[in-house]
Amino acid sequence: MNKLIISPSPHVHGGDSIERNMYGVLVALLPALLCSILFFGWGALYVTIAAVASAMLFEYAIQRYLLKQPATIDDGSAVITGVLLAFNLPSTIPLWLVMLGALVAIGIGKMSFGGLGNNIFNPALVGRVFLLISFPVQMTTWPVPRGFETTDAVTGPTPLVFVKQALREHKPFVEVFSPAGGGRDLLDLGTGSGIGGSLGEIAAFALLLGFAYLLIKRVITWHIPVSIFLAIALFSGILHWIDPAYAGPLFHLLSGGVMLGAIFMATDYVTSPMSPRGMWIYGTGIGALTIIIRNFGAYPEGVSFAILIMNAFTPLINKYCKPKRFA
Amino acid sequence: MLKTFTPGGIHPPADKLSSREATVPLPLPERVAIPLSQHIGVPATPLVKKGDRVKAGQLIGEAVGPISANVHSSVSGTVLDIEAVVDASGYARPAVVIRVEGDEWDASVSRQESPGRHLSAFSREEILAAIQAAGIVGMGGATFPTRVKLSPPPGSEPGLLIINGVECEPFLTADHRLMIEKSRELLIGTRFLMKALGVEQAVIGIENNKPDALAGMREAVMKHALGIEVCPLKVKYPQGGEKQLIRAITGRRVPPGALPISVGVVVHNVGTVYAAYEAITMHKPLVERVVTVTGKSLSRPGNYLCRVGTPVACLIEAAGGLPGDTGKVIAGGPMMGKALTSTAVVVTKGTSGVLVIPESEARRQPARDCIRCTKCVKACPMGLEPYLLMTLGEYRQTEALERARVMDCIECGSCNFTCPAHRPLLDIIRLGKSRVGQLMKTRKPS
Repeated sequence: MNKLIISPSPHVHGGDSIERNMYGVLVALLPALLCSILFFGWGALYVTIAAVASAMLFEYAIQRYLLKQPATIDDGSAVITGVLLAFNLPSTIPLWLVMLGALVAIGIGKMSFGGLGNNIFNPALVGRVFLLISFPVQMTTWPVPRGFETTDAVTGPTPLVFVKQALREHKPFVEVFSPAGGGRDLLDLGTGSGIGGSLGEIAAFALLLGFAYLLIKRVITWHIPVSIFLAIALFSGILHWIDPAYAGPLFHLLSGGVMLGAIFMATDYVTSPMSPRGMWIYGTGIGALTIIIRNFGAYPEGVSFAILIMNAFTPLINKYCKPKRFA
Repeated sequence: MLKTFTPGGIHPPADKLSSREATVPLPLPERVAIPLSQHIGVPATPLVKKGDRVKAGQLIGEAVGPISANVHSSVSGTVLDIEAVVDASGYARPAVVIRVEGDEWDASVSRQESPGRHLSAFSREEILAAIQAAGIVGMGGATFPTRVKLSPPPGSEPGLLIINGVECEPFLTADHRLMIEKSRELLIGTRFLMKALGVEQAVIGIENNKPDALAGMREAVMKHALGIEVCPLKVKYPQGGEKQLIRAITGRRVPPGALPISVGVVVHNVGTVYAAYEAITMHKPLVERVVTVTGKSLSRPGNYLCRVGTPVACLIEAAGGLPGDTGKVIAGGPMMGKALTSTAVVVTKGTSGVLVIPESEARRQPARDCIRCTKCVKACPMGLEPYLLMTLGEYRQTEALERARVMDCIECGSCNFTCPAHRPLLDIIRLGKSRVGQLMKTRKPS
């Protein structure tokens, strides 16, 4: 008789895999990708392809030639890093900058810590913030979406610029950010029509569709995104209530990188807390920091910084927030 | 809303291939090997020697001390030897090897329910004595001596008996068939156990993926029983775990390190109840049990009434023979069962099933780095952090492991099952538990 295999229990596995979760995230990103191509034209697609290809290439090269270990680029995580990096960039950015951002994201953000599972900071955000600090002009030249209509890109401010403008002029935010004042309708923020911004932050509804998919497929839980939304609504609501020159909750929720950050960046498995209670603290922190940076900081947008800062707190949160013990 | 437990739990595919197969008696094997340690506690002392003639139901091993159980011959025949035989644990332990000759039963055993005696006429002492004499142990897998579980420590107040008919392990159907085929006997057995414990209330917990068992037990309860209730439960693994079942049915939580009696509950498996019924009404010791023989590659998965000490090979033969592509043979279910070193391993009192897994599904996938997805944390029914316990175990942080409550782990395997990185969480946690156990022993003042 052939030899029997011996191993400890359990003898079955649920069939879940790293790939299933990673490709689940990619599927959830598709509606937003389609939207960004519709709004920004082929430039959006080129940036995405460049980011994904260079992220995979750098990961492969680092694993193969520097670390001399089997390459794991087929696990989907480098693809996600590439897409998320692209979603944080303007569609008119030079492609060599995209590649540089991917190198920093993968090389410093991920592989220097030991690869998938070991990094402290969200790799895509490491890449984005590196570019933002090093190449502020290229990184804040936002094309206004014109779809495929024209080859001449017109640049315009992202809606978040109006936040500081209203505070500076000390006028009620709704007056400054109105179609008459050069702003937009709030509904446009949700659909992304006519809004300047990076690839992935212009269509809140497409991102929410991806959120629903992630929840249905049980790739992530609702805790982190919902706590971020609630914290942003709460803190911006308090400020708006004190002084209408501060933008209100709905504007803050629908503009900039909140949806993208809360649904796809803050929920990164590796860099977010492990227990529901920890997730609440983490999400609340991201929401609060975002509102602080947006209203009082030097940059118009604060989601990336807020997530990176809370990433740094994740080990501490994990240490003190334990799941509820049975009994 | 159906009841179930929180936190955690998983939903493995049920794969109950044999749930419609009526229990059939397995033909007697040529020889049996009856281990003297089929229970938790001290092994029984052999009462026979090489060359002795024994009858089925005859006492051949006597319980030693308070936590131990009698062992009886399951067949009639000649004792060939008392030798070390490899059991499901993989270790060789003393067993009485008997060549089977005919099927002659000990005179004390009646093969029928004793006629003419009203069931309420049995006294508490009689019931306990019969269970003690019959060598009954927990048949859900833990094999803790039943007599001990029926004698709550002084000061405790049992208020509720829970009968565990959950059978949450995939593939296994032995308890399921018992509930369909022996519902009346199970209720009588339950009444006996209620009397032994002095409780007025019993609940039979059954998951609602066994509608026929639920209906059968409900009907029997309507006809006969007093103070017994059937409680349907929402399917979730590991609901058959004692603490999870108590939580599901009563909402009470058994504190860490404590026994169910601390919340006034005693849990017994349906198999155990049936054995108790036979012991009390027929003086029949625990020498046979229902074993599910199953696996997707077997030609005839089924449920067999099988004598203790029968080699697993005989059961697999009855189910159509060992398929050529077999990779693993498991005693028990796929979640908590033990992989056998050979099919010569014998059925014991705690063997609820024999599961054959083809080679293609028998190997684990290579483990990868933890991606911190929290799925193990969400799956853990004890509210632990398996990913952390594994890391602490790998770095031999024994004290930190203890603080992280590793001893709460019930080894249900939900973490392993759910891990997308295929990490061997439970393997490392078990090692950690044993290290913490040693540490705790050294701390005890001797």
